[in-house]
Amino acid sequence: MSSEVKDERTVEDSPPPREGGDRAQYGVCVFLALLGTAVIVDALGIPHITSGTDPVGPRAVPLMLGGLLVLLAALYAVDVARGGRGEPEGGEDVDLTSGSDWRTVLLLIAVFVANALLIERLGWVISGALLFWGTAFALGNRHYFRNLLIAVTLSLTTFYAFAIGLGVNLPAGVLQGIL
Amino acid sequence: MTDNLNNLMQGFADVMAPLNLLLALVGVVIGTAVGVLPGIGPAMTVALLLPVTYGMEPVQAFIMFAGIFYGGMYGGSTTSILLNTPGESSSVVTAIEGNKMAKAGRAAQALATAAIGSFVAGTIGTLLLVLITPFVVDFAVSLGAPDYFALMLLAFIAVTSVLGSSRVRGFISLLLGLTIGLVGIDSVSGQQRLTLGIPQLADGIDVVVVAVGIFAVGEALWVAAHLRRKPAEVIPVGRPWMGRKDWKRSWKPWLRGTAFGFPFGALPAGGAEIPTFLSYATEKRLTKHPEEFGKGAIEGVAGPEAANNASAAGTLVPMLAIGLPTNATAAVMLAAFQSYGIQPGPLLFEREASLVWVLIASLFVGNLLLLLLNLPLAPAWAKLLQIPRPYLYAGILFFASMGAYAVNAQPLDLFLLLTLGLLGFAMRRFGLPVLPLIVGVILGPRAELQGRRSLQLSGGELSGLVGGPVSYSVYAVIVLVLLWPLVHRFVVSPLRARNAAA
Repeated sequence: MSSEVKDERTVEDSPPPREGGDRAQYGVCVFLALLGTAVIVDALGIPHITSGTDPVGPRAVPLMLGGLLVLLAALYAVDVARGGRGEPEGGEDVDLTSGSDWRTVLLLIAVFVANALLIERLGWVISGALLFWGTAFALGNRHYFRNLLIAVTLSLTTFYAFAIGLGVNLPAGVLQGIL
Repeated sequence: MTDNLNNLMQGFADVMAPLNLLLALVGVVIGTAVGVLPGIGPAMTVALLLPVTYGMEPVQAFIMFAGIFYGGMYGGSTTSILLNTPGESSSVVTAIEGNKMAKAGRAAQALATAAIGSFVAGTIGTLLLVLITPFVVDFAVSLGAPDYFALMLLAFIAVTSVLGSSRVRGFISLLLGLTIGLVGIDSVSGQQRLTLGIPQLADGIDVVVVAVGIFAVGEALWVAAHLRRKPAEVIPVGRPWMGRKDWKRSWKPWLRGTAFGFPFGALPAGGAEIPTFLSYATEKRLTKHPEEFGKGAIEGVAGPEAANNASAAGTLVPMLAIGLPTNATAAVMLAAFQSYGIQPGPLLFEREASLVWVLIASLFVGNLLLLLLNLPLAPAWAKLLQIPRPYLYAGILFFASMGAYAVNAQPLDLFLLLTLGLLGFAMRRFGLPVLPLIVGVILGPRAELQGRRSLQLSGGELSGLVGGPVSYSVYAVIVLVLLWPLVHRFVVSPLRARNAAA
């Protein structure tokens, strides 16, 4: 029954099928094949230790998984060649009729990486506020000052509520001793 | 039986302590508030709110969790009624009639039948959970390693083959999850696998980081690439209420929906998609108002919504008794248990009896609180739907980063979170289902352990994997599920064609 059931929610949102199918899916095949190979190579580097209590050893499962990944990459390629395509996921805020907005995605990634790099040095209050402000900016909100106010309030509240109130691990960073 | 009753009563007594009751209330409120937000389904609600409970004692954490669980479920249905285009597959059916009702000016009745139906189904479902789980535990205690291995294989096959539209894509997602689960030190031999020489990876990738990365960061990136510039239209709503006629048309669908939902949730091949569809089809056939279907029939909201909630209660049976998650929310709940060092399964009821019964008691209490809260608060929830999208997704990334960092207090987790978010993005782009990956990450290491344990008993002979009638029957089911398309093509379809001809 699985192959006939179509996911209703994506049907009306999906773009019209492009000519020649969805070629980008071959990229996924290549990724899976590479991943499978990497898993096999990694497994071959593990010493083959077996014992009475563990006749299988640590290598068997990764070798099997790697092999299956390569096999699935091939099966997927066959499916794509026969015109198979996965429906992109719809949602409340998703508009699939226009193309992907890569600029926004890259900006978001940059903001996210900045937070990861700065969180220990500057502390959660500053880096978290930057994360919120930057994300809102990337998604097109231009109320710079208002957003800064919201961002700082949010990061201060979470820091006091979670780090100081509930004992969750959040770094104070440069504001150590001030907060 | 009386033992369990006593335990349950003790559980109620614990929940009724003022502080715990407050936590249950807070759980229900934030669960609903976060669940209502567009783009956030119940699984993501639970994953995002998990860190909130890190500093608490397990009992308190689980009281709050029960509230978040049902709150997140209920929030999702509000979104699908008032906004159409639901965020998660279990609410798809509710949206069909619910949104039509809302557009026809009957939003108050649609929300009311969803809220009361959820309460009825949730209460019956939790009651069934109390009655059935002890039997499943008795059964599970007798299972050996080969049986567990077979059951986990069945769960893998079920989430990839029964749900979703493409088996190849389901299996790809599962394999990705199993590969992520492989990272870390092998628990049997102590060897490092796929750690790339990074010491922080020796403990493996935390399931919370995986869930938050795939659900929250993946969703935020995906929406960012396709943000609808014109916000979707929210239908304004007053306080939900139902007239006598609506009650008369709703109560049977509630009960029928519950009857569909619970068993499907409890099966390893469960999930809410199939029972909600079945419930919708049944109500459409049985209704006295067939002309209203497709234009906003209340039965079409009452039945599926009850099925959805009953199936959520049903998923807790295999999750608690065997340690098998059958939907994404249960998978994240399982991760929550593990983060407290508690392993769900038959022994859970012996070792952590008080904790389990507190959890079950808080499910009852949370359900009631939800009903009391949601009828008056519905207009406020509807306002939440209008939150500017940049703030919504900025908030999601903010809390996702905070939660992922808080797990181990290491920035590396934030880079892992981003990598997994990009994976989640790609999976949404290529239509790969997310559930098999999460199930693979959680069950993969345990399946390997049980498999190796089975082979240990047989000295490495593959025959060790088949141990007794349970594993035989499970393998038979697996073969049937795998061969189902062939069976369908060569047996069912010809038979049907012959019957039609005759």
